[in-house]
Parts: sequence; structure tokens; C-alpha cells
Amino acid sequence: MTSTTTTTGVAVTPQPSGGASKLAEYAQLKLQRKRRERLIEGVLLLAACVSVFTTLGIVYILLKESVLFFSHVPLWSFLTDTQWTPLFDDAHFGIAVLLAGTVSSSLVALVIAIPLGTIIAIYLSEFAGHKTRETMKPLLELLSGVPTIIYGYFALLFVTPMLQKIYPDLPGFNVLAAGIVMGIMIIPYVSSLAEDAMRAVPMSLREGSYAMGATRFQTAVKVVVPAALSGIAAAYILGISRAVGETMILAVAAGMQPNLTLNPLEPAATITSYIVQVALGDLPHGSIGYQTIFAAGLMLMVLTLLFNLVGYWMRRRFREAY
Amino acid sequence: MSAVLSQRRELLRSIIRRHKRWDAVFGVLGLLAMMVGVLTLAALFVNMALDGIPRLTGDFFTSFPSRRAGQAGILSAWVGSVLVMMVTALFAVPVGIAGAVYLEEYAKKNWFTDIIEINISNLAGVPSIVYGLLALGLFVYAFGLGQSILTAGLTLGLLILPIVIVTTRESLRAIPQHVREGAYACGATQWQVVQDHLLPYGTPGILTGVIIALSRAIGETAPIITIGALTFIAFLPPVPFAGDPPAGMFDWLFSPFTVMPIQIFNWTSRPDAAFQANAAAASFVLVFMTLGMNAVAIWLRYRLRKNIKW
Repeated sequence: MTSTTTTTGVAVTPQPSGGASKLAEYAQLKLQRKRRERLIEGVLLLAACVSVFTTLGIVYILLKESVLFFSHVPLWSFLTDTQWTPLFDDAHFGIAVLLAGTVSSSLVALVIAIPLGTIIAIYLSEFAGHKTRETMKPLLELLSGVPTIIYGYFALLFVTPMLQKIYPDLPGFNVLAAGIVMGIMIIPYVSSLAEDAMRAVPMSLREGSYAMGATRFQTAVKVVVPAALSGIAAAYILGISRAVGETMILAVAAGMQPNLTLNPLEPAATITSYIVQVALGDLPHGSIGYQTIFAAGLMLMVLTLLFNLVGYWMRRRFREAY
Repeated sequence: MSAVLSQRRELLRSIIRRHKRWDAVFGVLGLLAMMVGVLTLAALFVNMALDGIPRLTGDFFTSFPSRRAGQAGILSAWVGSVLVMMVTALFAVPVGIAGAVYLEEYAKKNWFTDIIEINISNLAGVPSIVYGLLALGLFVYAFGLGQSILTAGLTLGLLILPIVIVTTRESLRAIPQHVREGAYACGATQWQVVQDHLLPYGTPGILTGVIIALSRAIGETAPIITIGALTFIAFLPPVPFAGDPPAGMFDWLFSPFTVMPIQIFNWTSRPDAAFQANAAAASFVLVFMTLGMNAVAIWLRYRLRKNIKW
């Protein structure tokens, strides 16, 4: 009875006469409340399902257009052809060309992001005082907050001219500058996840190490890092998946010429920048050129899904350790 | 005898010194590594400011893009960005919060809930350009929404949905259990608990997440290019009930548009240095918007952590 008064505000004291009708009224109210609650729960559930619909939608769209694409282009030549000229009369569809661009740009980015990210994570987790950590972490997070198009601008008009002073033969569009900037952008993704993993290592392990006379550096490198290894690996994998999916830096600064090479000193197109290139043009809906971007997108999705799954599995393992 | 002892002590001390030296070396190395990030950020700003600030006049904000770099402005771009963000927020905030409330407060622990959870963490890792492909296939062609503000807003809404859900769940989880139990003990229904207690107490945390999510959405370029947004727009979306014949209430939703990142991309990809100065100026405005939003969110989180003691 008290529960109904909170919602309806009716008088608390039951009337001596007509008690039965009051009871019936309360039962009615209770039923209404229950129905309303059920309805609200349904609406909330529907909202939670939007994410599932999104995934289903992505899979459906990518598969639908890719199936049409692969009815024109055999899967074997898609994987083995060494040219990517989908918009020419003599069309070739060798995804390896775009994959080479994605791999070389990601490698450059990781060569920057993984060592720097790891050093920063160890430093923030094991060496820095509270104050340094609280000021540096948000500052580093800003790095991942800058829109990627602005990094593209920076890579093209600041980093490339700088590199050209060291290496004058560098073309205006190149994978190197784009990769370096991409690597710096990825640092906070790697460092914050790796730091979380290291901070989750129990204090007792460190105390044991210090008690044996180890220095800070020895403790960090020989005790904390091995104990957090799977979490650190998950951080690396997140970094890789970011690098593979990054679009605008490459579209702006790496040029968009398909180029089957792993040499970062040359311009190249990646899977992502190819999609941008096609979308900028005016391809009719349903043409083979239109379908290629979905096949390329499917390739990208499969790659990142693979990395995400491995990362997820590693994080699970590292959580179970303690 | 004592000579041997002091010799050994000396040896030990030198070993300790050597090991401690590594501590110092790594301390410097860590600072240097962070400096790389901070200096890049600084170089980015200085470079942008030097190139862009001379272009930041009042006219720059009130002019349409133009063939002549000196007369071009970002009017249609910033209006487009604001409108797209409105649609994004109107879609992602209610849906995200409702989904998070369901997962955190209502969902039973079963396989279906697990699927939703794994799915959300996977979506957070999907490259943004894939959302663009989804929108191109679904919103633009299957639903026939065209290359409109509505399409762009919904696309970015889907993109930031995982961020909104995750941060909302975190702030709901931080509310102690006894708040819920107290409310239930007074006879509140589950929805009353959510509406009158959990959502108000969680608001600062949720707000932080929403701001961070929107600051990411406003800088997103790839999905918007993929849906085929135009890069040269020299008009504004129709104002409701204005013009002749009067525009409908929701006509602006279906209007072609451009946004800040696309305008920057367009100017950056021209070889002419005057247009690149425009790109720098527009970048400056965009960075100011996103970092400003981030700073507000960080400040909010900081204050929140200080003020609430359960």
C-alpha cells in the first residue's frame, strides 16, 4: 500500500467503509504500474539492441555488395593479382596492392608507437609521481583527441618538408611522413592500456622484488612487465588495429596511387584511402567500381575483427592471472 | 682483513651505483618519450597558428567557400557541423543512455546479454570508414535518405554509440548499491529508481562521456566522405518556415551539406598555398572546438572525482 502512495499521492489512511473497493483500486494501480514497467524495459532493451542491429547491418551490407563483386571477379585473382586498376578499361583487382600500402604504413606507425608507448607506460606506472601522472596523462590523451584530418594536414605540410631536408629525394606524398604522424597519434592508445595492465599487477610482487634489493628499473623490467605481458600485448594489438583502420592521414599525406611496394619512401594507396578516393568521385550505384569499395571494406573489417578478437582474448587471459 | 672487507664494500657500492644509474637513465628516457608526444602537439599548434591565424577574420566565419582563396570562408562548414552534431546527439544520447541503463540495471546474466556486450566492445574497434560504408549502403540507398544532414548525423550517432554506452555504464556502476536499496525499500519501482536517483547522480559522468564522444564525432571525416558529402556547398540548409515558398519544419534534415573536416580536406588537397592557409585556419577552429570540448570533459571528471563522497 505504501508503494502506491508514492506514485499516486492518494490518502494513506484507508476508509473504514468501502475497504474492499479501495483494495480493488490499489490492485488496479499495481497492475498499471507493472504494465508501465514492462513497457519501459522493452524500450530500453530495444535501445540496447541498436548496437546488434548495427553489426548485423555492417555485415549484411558488406557481404551483399561483396557477393556481387565476387561474381564478377574471382576470389583467386582478387588475392593474387599484382595490379589494382579497378577504374581502368583493363581492370585488375589485386587487393595485395592496397594491402601492401596498409602494411607498410602500419609498420612505420608501430615502429614509432610501440617503443614510445611502452616506455611511457612503464614510466607513468613505475617511475612517475602522482602529480606527473595526473598532468601528463590528460596531455597525452589530447594526442588522440585531435581530429585525424588535422594530422593529415600536419603530415603533408610540416613533417614531409622536414623529412625532405634530411632526404631530398622524398616525394611530396609518401608513406613515411603519414606513418610517423599516425604512430604519434596511436601512442596514447598503446600507453594507456599498457599502463592499466601494469598498474593491475599486485603491489606484493613489486614489494617482493624491492625486498630482494632490486632497483626500480629492475623491478619494472623483470617483474612488472612480464607479469602484465598479455595486457601489454593487448595494447599493442589495439594499436595495430587503429593503424590498419586509420584513413584520413593516409588519404591526405600518402597520395592515393596504388603501388605494390613496402618501401615507405614512396607514395601508396591503402585499403582505407582507396575507399575515400572512390567516394570522392562520382561512381554510379551498382557499378563494379562501387562494389570494390565494399569488397575492400570487407577485407578491412576482417583484418580489424581478427586483431580485436586476439586482443579481447589476451585481455581475458590477463584478467584471470590474479 | 679490513682491506679486503673495504674492497668488497667498494665493489658492492659500484654495482649498486651502476644499477641505480639505469634508474636515472630510464627516468630521463620516459620524460623524453613523453616530450615526443607533447612537442608534436606543440609543433602542430604553432604550425597551424602561424599559417592560419592571419586568415581568421570575421569574414572567414561568414563567407561561403569560393574559387578565390582570399574570399573563401567556413560558413557552410561550421553551420553543417553544428547541425550534424545536433542530429548525432539527439540520436546517440537517448539511445546510448537507454541501452546502458538496460545493460547495467535490467539485463539478466544470460547469453543474449553476453552477445550485446561483446558486440559493443567489438563495435568500438571497427574503423570509422566501415560505418561510412554501412551508411552508404543502408541510409543513402536502401532507406533513400540521400547525402543529407540526417544521414550524416545518424552515421556519426552509430559511431559514437559504444562510447556513450560504455561511459554511461561506468558512471552508473560507480553509484553505490545502497542508493538503489534505499529507494526500493521505500517502494519505488525499478524505473523510478533509474529516473529519480541513478540518472541524476550519474549525470556528471554521463555528460563527460557524451562530450568526449561528440568531440570525436565532430572531427570524423572518413565516414562523411564515404556517404558522398559534397565538398563545395555555397548555401545554407533551409531555415524552417522561412523563404519562399516557406520551408517545412524538417526540410533542413534532408539538405545537402558540408562539415568542417571535409572543408579542411578539400582545401588541404589543393596545391595552392593560399588554400592551404585556409585549411590551417579552419583546422585551428576545429581543433579549438574539439580540444575545448575535451578540456571541459576532463575538468568535469576532475571536479566530479573531488566532490562526490558517498
